[in-house]
Amino acid sequence: MIGVGVAYAVAGALFAAVAVFTAADSAHPRRWRNAGFWGLLAVSFLFGDRLGDLGNGVLVLGLVLIGGIGGLGLSRPPTTSGPEREALAARFGARLFLPVLLVPLTTLAGSFAFKAIKVGGQPLVDPAQATVISLALGVVLALIAAMAMLRPPPAAPIHEARRLLDSVGWAAILPQLLAALGAVFALAGVGRAVGALMGPWLPLEVRFAVVAAYGIGMMLFTLVMGNAFAALPVMVAALGAPLLIGRFGGDAAAIGALGMLCGYCGTLMTPMAAHNIVPAALLNLSPGAVIRVQAPTAVIVLLANLALMEALAFRRVPF
Amino acid sequence: MLSLLGVGILLAGLVARRNPLLVVTAAALVAGLAGGIAPLRLLAAFGKAFNDARYISIAFLILPVIGLLERSGLQVEARAAVARLRALTVGRLLLAYFALRQLTSALGLLSLGGQATMVRPLIAPMAEGVAESRLGPGDPARAALIRAHAAAVDNIGAFFGEDIFVALGSVLLIQAVLQQNHIAAAPLRIAFWAVPTALVAFAVHALRLMWLDRILEGEARGR
Repeated sequence: MIGVGVAYAVAGALFAAVAVFTAADSAHPRRWRNAGFWGLLAVSFLFGDRLGDLGNGVLVLGLVLIGGIGGLGLSRPPTTSGPEREALAARFGARLFLPVLLVPLTTLAGSFAFKAIKVGGQPLVDPAQATVISLALGVVLALIAAMAMLRPPPAAPIHEARRLLDSVGWAAILPQLLAALGAVFALAGVGRAVGALMGPWLPLEVRFAVVAAYGIGMMLFTLVMGNAFAALPVMVAALGAPLLIGRFGGDAAAIGALGMLCGYCGTLMTPMAAHNIVPAALLNLSPGAVIRVQAPTAVIVLLANLALMEALAFRRVPF
Repeated sequence: MLSLLGVGILLAGLVARRNPLLVVTAAALVAGLAGGIAPLRLLAAFGKAFNDARYISIAFLILPVIGLLERSGLQVEARAAVARLRALTVGRLLLAYFALRQLTSALGLLSLGGQATMVRPLIAPMAEGVAESRLGPGDPARAALIRAHAAAVDNIGAFFGEDIFVALGSVLLIQAVLQQNHIAAAPLRIAFWAVPTALVAFAVHALRLMWLDRILEGEARGR
């Protein structure tokens, strides 16, 4: 059975190639630092399952120290000039969109088709990971199609990948790091501690006060932690499970889902979230510019979530 | 109680604007140590969780393809293609992508969109192209506002669509967190409860995009 390891190997090969090309680039302002960062990420994707948990822990510390102290630099790999791009665009026209569209089409087709393909009664591709594997396949197909159509210098994809990866920089590993933070917080019992801390300040017998504290708490924790995934274990253990579900008899699925959605309102407003840092870097904006546009929608949706929770989560739903 | 020190570190790091990688790692290590986890076991748990979350970073695979097409004029072509469509406005273009993004996310196809895959190479240059062809040349502030709106529709569409799909990380995480608290909930029911919020988010943001058109047109007339 083909597992998700194949997709990780493709990603690892990409990061490794970027690291090697960076190390060979004597004009790079932060040559060894960037080469080390992308090289360590390559090791994680290629050999992460064989390093052992402690080995992975040391690897994460290495990534954090290289990326966090002093930061990464921007490379200026060989690429085309503005007039050259105008000429190429005139030559290829709308055909330039075909490889981009090949990726989602392959992902979509693979997500459904791989589940049906069986070899000797066993699924050919791990059904739980079919989407990620299809995405990797789609990228490989799109790359082959683009190379055949455009006939650029053979090293161009790596040079372009490192131009774009350097522009994302250390923020590339932030979402993964936040997921790891949530796991450690759960292990350390942060949620129970938050609940004990809020208890004396809340009118615990008033249901809507607890609903508001849970939803706004999710939003605030996500603001601070940069990720609703890391905040949910804290707030469910603090207020959701013991009070909203336990004492007031709320619907567990509703409390869990609406809590997460309150957290997303926080993600839309925090400079800690890679969701805001990455597009700002890619589009040459300050993270604040993206957050200012998102904030009004986020606040209105948060208030709607509190109203929905109060109005619907404590009724019997007929299904 | 001491594990709350980890939250304090996050807050202090946010206020002091330290590098988030350092702040997040420090918060995890302090919370773990204060919560009574032995140092080596803590480092191993942190490493395992990071390794298990690699699927989050797989989206970067697309970058060589995007870069290759960019060096061959993808953005030039996207702007030109959109400039030919006269009936389109910035708000309507972003609304079309917003609806598509939310719908495909609800079907579990998060990787169809994305800031690196769609917004930077296509949606942002297309939106800027529409503004130039309809409203005439603008200043850098207008271009920045339009690019920020392009980034925002991708985020908002994805966030309030993905929870409707039963097999994505968020629904499975909600189920796992409830399970940790000894409460059972079926993924299908968790996904069902994401629908009302998805509708509210769509209505609110669609109205704001229509309003964006009025702001941009007002600005263009006032110049």
